Amino acid sequence: MQDYLDELESQSIYTLREAYNRIKPLGMLWSIGKDSTALLWLIRKAFFGHVPFPMIQLDTGMELPEVYEFRDWIIKEWGFDFICEQCPPEEEMDQTLPPNTRAAARKTEGLKNLIGREGFKGMIVGIRRDEQSMRAKERVFSPRSFDGTWDYKDQPAEFWDQYKTEFPEGTHVRIHPILHWREIDIWRYTLRENIPIVPLYLARDGKRYRSLGEKNITVPVESNASTIEEIIAELETTKQSERAGRTMDSETEDSFERLRRSGYM
Amino acid sequence: MAKKEKTESAQELAKLGVVIVGHVDHGKSTLIGRLLYDTGSFMEGKYEELKEVCERRNVPFEWSFLLDAFQAERDQAVTIDTTQIWFKTKARSCVIIDAPGHREFLKNMVSGAAFADAAILVVDAKEGVREQTKRHAYLLHLLGLKQVIVVMNKMDLVSYSEERFNEVSAETEAYLGEIGLTPLHVIPVSARSGENIAAPSENMPWYMGGILLDVLDTLSPIPPATERPLRLPVQDVYRFDETRIIAGRIESGVVKAGDTLVFSPSNRQATVVSIEKWNSPGKIAAAGAGESIGLTLDQPIYVARGDVASHEKQAPMLTNIFRANIFWLGKKPLKAGLNYKIKLATHEATVTVQSIDRVINTDDLSRAERDSVQTNEMAEVTFRSRELLALDPYLENVKLGRCVVIENYDIVGGGIISMEGLPDLRQTMYAKQDNIYAVDHLLTGDARAARNGHTGAVVWLTGLSGAGKSTLAMRIENVLFNRGMQTYVLDGDNVRTGLCADLGFTPEARMENIRRVGEVAALMSNAGLITLTAFISPFQADRRKARDAAGTRFYEIYVKADLETCEKRDPKGLYKKARAGKIPEFTGISSPYEPPENPDLEVDTATHGVDACVEMVVNFILDRVRADANPANATQQIPPAKAKA
Repeated sequence: MQDYLDELESQSIYTLREAYNRIKPLGMLWSIGKDSTALLWLIRKAFFGHVPFPMIQLDTGMELPEVYEFRDWIIKEWGFDFICEQCPPEEEMDQTLPPNTRAAARKTEGLKNLIGREGFKGMIVGIRRDEQSMRAKERVFSPRSFDGTWDYKDQPAEFWDQYKTEFPEGTHVRIHPILHWREIDIWRYTLRENIPIVPLYLARDGKRYRSLGEKNITVPVESNASTIEEIIAELETTKQSERAGRTMDSETEDSFERLRRSGYM
Repeated sequence: MAKKEKTESAQELAKLGVVIVGHVDHGKSTLIGRLLYDTGSFMEGKYEELKEVCERRNVPFEWSFLLDAFQAERDQAVTIDTTQIWFKTKARSCVIIDAPGHREFLKNMVSGAAFADAAILVVDAKEGVREQTKRHAYLLHLLGLKQVIVVMNKMDLVSYSEERFNEVSAETEAYLGEIGLTPLHVIPVSARSGENIAAPSENMPWYMGGILLDVLDTLSPIPPATERPLRLPVQDVYRFDETRIIAGRIESGVVKAGDTLVFSPSNRQATVVSIEKWNSPGKIAAAGAGESIGLTLDQPIYVARGDVASHEKQAPMLTNIFRANIFWLGKKPLKAGLNYKIKLATHEATVTVQSIDRVINTDDLSRAERDSVQTNEMAEVTFRSRELLALDPYLENVKLGRCVVIENYDIVGGGIISMEGLPDLRQTMYAKQDNIYAVDHLLTGDARAARNGHTGAVVWLTGLSGAGKSTLAMRIENVLFNRGMQTYVLDGDNVRTGLCADLGFTPEARMENIRRVGEVAALMSNAGLITLTAFISPFQADRRKARDAAGTRFYEIYVKADLETCEKRDPKGLYKKARAGKIPEFTGISSPYEPPENPDLEVDTATHGVDACVEMVVNFILDRVRADANPANATQQIPPAKAKA
């Protein structure tokens, strides 16, 4: 009998295998955070220990040092293709965006450059519906036009595990295999599977990172959860939003929408 | 890697997906907002943030702003796309799926509702059942949702009237009843003031049933179909190293190591050596519905994406024709004769819309015969494919009994499959023996033709019952015989009593009947006879098999007469019986007839007299059987037997 984590896992594996069969060339955005690292683990499950496409980091040079350290260790430990894409500087971003949103937009531009150069047709991204109300409206296979924009007013029909897998030239598709997971599910799975994490998620001196972003636009939240078990216990009762530490989300009512529409993850 | 431990919290029950549907403005979003608020599911500051947004925009407080995340949705106060949001009841975690009520966004409504285990149909107590109430209810039925709760909203606007509640309940239940849905509960609520949602209402003492939150805890997620026959659609075949792994998700049933599996439609067999999962402690003996697994096999048989693995005894049906109850989301209408791509589990195939059997008006459930299906309409359609498809009727297996339709790049429709009145081709496809070797005749066809003055042939008459096949065949036989030709008619009377005495009238038996006739006709043609057959033979696939059996000199004659004419003639009184429901699956009435696409000859008996038709067919035959009959070959030298060394 499968428990509910097994069911979540099985659905994600199904999505990953669909993506690998239907979309080529394929890559995955690995932010090195808890979600995309759990997703990387799911990829090894789906492909029997192999990672058959490259992991991509959109690097702004602004991650916390622990993140880079963890990245290098995992790459060495697990062994897979890795692309580190340097994002363009903030001065080149749309100057009408609020400052922190502008900083986040660097990743969008880095991704556009990468896709334009390498010709990726599919990009696997570890976003979840419960993170944010815009992401709650996402499809599992979500098409993007050439410049990365998301036509959220006319999303494809998606049901019965049948996905839109064919596209006209110039479009690419974002694939979201853990869209149906919650934050607490990721932690329970990480614990069960013993998946390594960046230690910044665990509380030190009464603070921990609940969501990892660049150091200039992310702040730690107050917490005493110093083990994964304690994080799970904390999440069972918290009323704090997961992205409370992400400053760009709340700069203006629609700042996150503007980011996502133009191609942000 | 440390040994895995199941955490206490992982014992949490599987989530329940509940979709909220109903007519636009009947209060779906308000209901969801209320449910979340009353169960304390809001994140800190969310309620205040919503209030602030409303104040800034100078609009009254709207719960829907919680779910309508897009600026465009808030600007127009209309839900465009479906969303999912979590909350907890006493018993479990639930995912509430908000589905847009606007007709224009039916595509998004389906995309949300298809994930649900249960549905709440919201009906405005004041307005009653409206267009989208019905359309959504009908879609729930097509999506196979059995757990339906009706929430009668805005009771405050009808002064909490029990009478009005009963009236609208009756209206709603009557409609649902007609499409085969029985609501588990009908609950009167006021979403705006939170009555009968998380707490009972003091204004409706007459209501004896449960409040919504309690009722939700009586529902359960749709369990995996472990009890059904095994279906494992192949998703991919991996060769990352020397091992070949067949990857896929078990959609129903259970597979065990050591099982012999048959892969459809190729019918190749192999035995499961191992069930594979990465990082799994120990060998896996068995896996069941819902599990994504890998298989290794004992034989290197050819297996590809789209094949369906099953046990031999309970294999899926094989067919190149099926009926589907569809909902159409395409911007362009679906039309008879057009080709589409379908996806059936992991298989993709090209199909032709053979016929649009009925278009269903969800408003009054009336059925119309039309040659196209417009956006957001529901219809019953017959599809035909070139290749064999492995599938199940929806009622027997949900996952293998439904397909989506693709046009260009988009999913434009979905349908649930029915095989009523259509045969399973598996039984006859693979019944052939392997140990038969052809023995060459010493006599050639030319020699026979030369003696008879004509070649043999199969003249296959097909058409509706009452079209005049037997009448024509007997007259043609007579004409040919009087011209000194070798000829014989095979028809139901001389075949059913002997050759096919063991066959009944199920779709499979009918197909087998036609197969035997085709084979016998081919033998008789080889023996030099002009063999006429007079069978309805409604399916193209069956006639194609007869043509294949004959090899050459097979002529398909379409004896055409419209249904009305045939029914008027009704020489055997069969139509009358069929109309009275006494003959199930009667061609033209309750079972389809596929006219030949390119018949060798078409004779219309509705517009031409018998003599004219006989003459047409006879001339057609004479032109073909005489052409290469050369009298010089009337005797033939038997080649000397080869001396053995």
